Amino acid sequence: MEERVDIALQREPLDTNAAVARVTVAEAGGIALFLGTTRAQRAETGKGDGDLVALEYHAYEEMAHKQIAKLASEAVKRWPVCQLVVWHRLGEVKVGEPSVVIAVSTPHRGDAFDACEFLIDELKKIAPIWKKELYQRGDRWQGA
Amino acid sequence: MTIQVRLFAIMAQQARTGMLTLEVPEGATLASLRAELQRRHPKVAWPAGTMLAVNQEYAQESALLYPGDEVAVIPPVSGG
Repeated sequence: MEERVDIALQREPLDTNAAVARVTVAEAGGIALFLGTTRAQRAETGKGDGDLVALEYHAYEEMAHKQIAKLASEAVKRWPVCQLVVWHRLGEVKVGEPSVVIAVSTPHRGDAFDACEFLIDELKKIAPIWKKELYQRGDRWQGA
Repeated sequence: MTIQVRLFAIMAQQARTGMLTLEVPEGATLASLRAELQRRHPKVAWPAGTMLAVNQEYAQESALLYPGDEVAVIPPVSGG
């Protein structure tokens, strides 16, 4: 299983071309790629914080890696995965930049879409990763 | 026994540390550890939905603690 799965939490910018290359194999007929990116938004009105500049990601890294690995194992059991990548960025991610890249290759496209959707949906539910919204003036922990 | 508790995100910010050390009796549960944390650190708010993890797995509050366990408080996550 291990050589089919590539999980990383990294401070360096995510290389989406490298993610696609990592899952590209001769047996695959489809590759699904999901990028989660920092969306531009205004601070809540009346607070005067200005626009969102970046998100700052923090993680309980050992546990996040372990929980994402469990999701990857589940995906490999449920779908005929050739290769999969889940790379999550930590630290500051500016508007427009990706914070997570998920790439899945399978023999047929439907399985690639399904496995990719499963991985991002479950990652958002269980991976111990948090983001702080950084505005022009001020910041706020999301969900707090 | 001594238990190290890791804190993250807004809770670490409020506590001004990512690691707390607590003394709990042998046979203590996560629920009792949580009560002790809340008693000793009243300035750290526990957002609704906060979970506890032992040795990097989510755990029920009825779980027993053992010496050397790595406990973490996990406020609602927002990765992705």
